[in-house]
Amino acid sequence: MIKTDAIIIGAGPTGLFAVHQLGIIGLKCEVIDNLDRAGGQCIELYPDKPIYDIPGIPECTGGQLTEGLLKQIKPFKNNFHLGQRVEEIKQENNTWIVKTNSGNLFTAPNIIIAGGVGSFEPRKLSLKEAEKFEGKQILYSITNKDIFKNKKLSIFGGGDSALDWALELSKSNEITLIHRRNEFRGAAHTLSEIKKKEKEGKLIVKTPYNLKSIVGDQSMSEIEIEHEDGKVEKIKTDYILSFFGLIMKLGPIADWGLNINNKTIPVNTESFQTNKEGIFAVGDICTYPGKLKLILSGFHEAALAARACFKRARPNETYRFEFTTASKSIHDRLGLKK
Amino acid sequence: MPKITYISHEGKKNTVEVAIGLSVMEGAIQNNIEGIDADCGGSMACATCHVYVPEKWFSKLEKPQDAEQDMIDMAYEPKKNSRLSCQIIVSPELEGIEINTPLKQT
Repeated sequence: MIKTDAIIIGAGPTGLFAVHQLGIIGLKCEVIDNLDRAGGQCIELYPDKPIYDIPGIPECTGGQLTEGLLKQIKPFKNNFHLGQRVEEIKQENNTWIVKTNSGNLFTAPNIIIAGGVGSFEPRKLSLKEAEKFEGKQILYSITNKDIFKNKKLSIFGGGDSALDWALELSKSNEITLIHRRNEFRGAAHTLSEIKKKEKEGKLIVKTPYNLKSIVGDQSMSEIEIEHEDGKVEKIKTDYILSFFGLIMKLGPIADWGLNINNKTIPVNTESFQTNKEGIFAVGDICTYPGKLKLILSGFHEAALAARACFKRARPNETYRFEFTTASKSIHDRLGLKK
Repeated sequence: MPKITYISHEGKKNTVEVAIGLSVMEGAIQNNIEGIDADCGGSMACATCHVYVPEKWFSKLEKPQDAEQDMIDMAYEPKKNSRLSCQIIVSPELEGIEINTPLKQT
């Protein structure tokens, strides 16, 4: 069991800045995120899109902002627990115990939920019969491509993941790449590679087609795809690889006994505490009158929640407000040399 | 204020007034219309405000940007008349527009 002052759920920009705000007031924290890297929506949804409303930074991408925040919190040497999702939260006396799906346990007097819109999960195929093949012959991510030996693969999607895997697997497999429209969204180089492979007969591209049905009861042998104009084609398929990006699901957060209103958690605006003492919510996941879902609002919320955490983490000490420009103790925490 | 009729997958109609300048997504959220999630809040990053626009209205809308098309690729059961409702801005010309919401968003 890892003991700390605050457990931060979510490593998006708000969660990362919460690390900073806890750090400068001398509190330790552990950060947990379902994704395998820090950055949240910034890194997952718009790593290369410019953001224009971070105060003092006229323009930066989601990736750059994440990089800057990680650099800013480096002095505090917090631990990240990535690729795991918080499943359970329970209270013991005056502290909280948090358990992740990897079985890791944490305890702290404070939890800061900076969970955005929930955890990212792959978007599943909409076809009803798809469910029974999921994880077997329908895959949303690839961990071991050896299983595809001598197999026929149908790849769905129009973005980088679909294109990259189509190219990679076309070296060893019969591949059909299926997309709902004629335009693909990918790097220019990738697109020309796809065209080249198609010309060489190493890859079949089917557009504009959608998945219509899966043939096979226990195991899939064939799929039917439907052209925009209604024409149906059958394709021998051993595996469907589906790449339709990620969606955000509130997930287990809904089961922790917190008040939830339209997938968001109501908080008070003095401390950003939820209906549970010692559990705070900041960033996109919290709601209050006038709430703006902006990164800059998340920063403000994290600053106030961190101060509130101090009271529970150090009940016998008095919190004293200090500026980073002038405080010697903050400079020490930042590891600055005199 | 222009009237917008949101029609659920089951055919249930819900007509509300939405201020000019708001998006069709915001009109739905503010009026608690079911069937539009809008997880990302309107930044064209999630495709959970996906709607179908009847042909009569579809052609009156400004053409979607590439980035919107890219996101629609990710939506649940996209069709030719798919749009992201966060990108449809209410104007006087849209008085009476009908919007079909999909069976689900994810």
